[in-house]
Amino acid sequence: MKLREIRDLLDAELITEDANLEKEIKYVNAADLISDVLAYSTGPGALLITGIIHPQVIYAANTIDLGAILFVRGKRPNEATLQLAVENQVPLLTTRYIMFETCGRLYQLGLRACIEKVKNDRGGK
Amino acid sequence: MTGAENSIPFHEMFHIGGGDFTNAGSISSQVKKILIRAGFSRGVVRRASIATFEAEMNVICYANRGNLSLFIMPDALRVIVEDEGVGIPDVDLAMREGYSTATEKIHELGFGAGMGLSNIKNHTDGMILTSKIGQGTHLEFVISLEGKDKEKVVPLFATRE
Repeated sequence: MKLREIRDLLDAELITEDANLEKEIKYVNAADLISDVLAYSTGPGALLITGIIHPQVIYAANTIDLGAILFVRGKRPNEATLQLAVENQVPLLTTRYIMFETCGRLYQLGLRACIEKVKNDRGGK
Repeated sequence: MTGAENSIPFHEMFHIGGGDFTNAGSISSQVKKILIRAGFSRGVVRRASIATFEAEMNVICYANRGNLSLFIMPDALRVIVEDEGVGIPDVDLAMREGYSTATEKIHELGFGAGMGLSNIKNHTDGMILTSKIGQGTHLEFVISLEGKDKEKVVPLFATRE
């Protein structure tokens, strides 16, 4: 699914104005903890759905080559996060839908998780 | 023999400030850039970046200060992180997925899931963690280089003075 379709589906706003909306997204991870973002966003080019708006989320995105970040619950990053995203060419979007709704709507249209299930009850992969 | 066996490995050291959440992640970004420039495969760069990111976060969250050193060896990437701080009372417990001593502030920033050390272990080919209470922690991990990644290393050594 193209980033443009994701934006339209979720009434989302593209925060990084010049980002490429034709980017293809195949897999998604939703997490509010950085370690979970790093551990479970397998494969490059994934979409991260999150409420983390600190600059660290951009550094994490850069670390694992995320395709884009979608902030939920109407969250907006501050200027430092935005600048870092522009420098690292990470497209940022924001939607007013909560995380559950965001995930549900994307799942319904065929997007799937980077990883379905962890191996043990301690979060092991 | 390529001569690489006797060379001084490529080495770069970065300082990490404890509690410096503003720049948290910047060192692993720099490490990633170095590895991409050196021409390593996506998989190696990704694994090294994730492990380095987690190691950097550990110093920022739990130590007063630390240094992260990246070595490009003839057959492996090696990262050593040494910090000064409270140390880890029980290393085995700290290694357990989900175990965390993170404060409220750390959680608010999206850290402290108790997955950091196991993330490092899961993305590397070897890891050593030792700690002295009240002094600090020594973390070391390696990522083996094979095939094309190993071939990338040889010219790297040849061009160094």
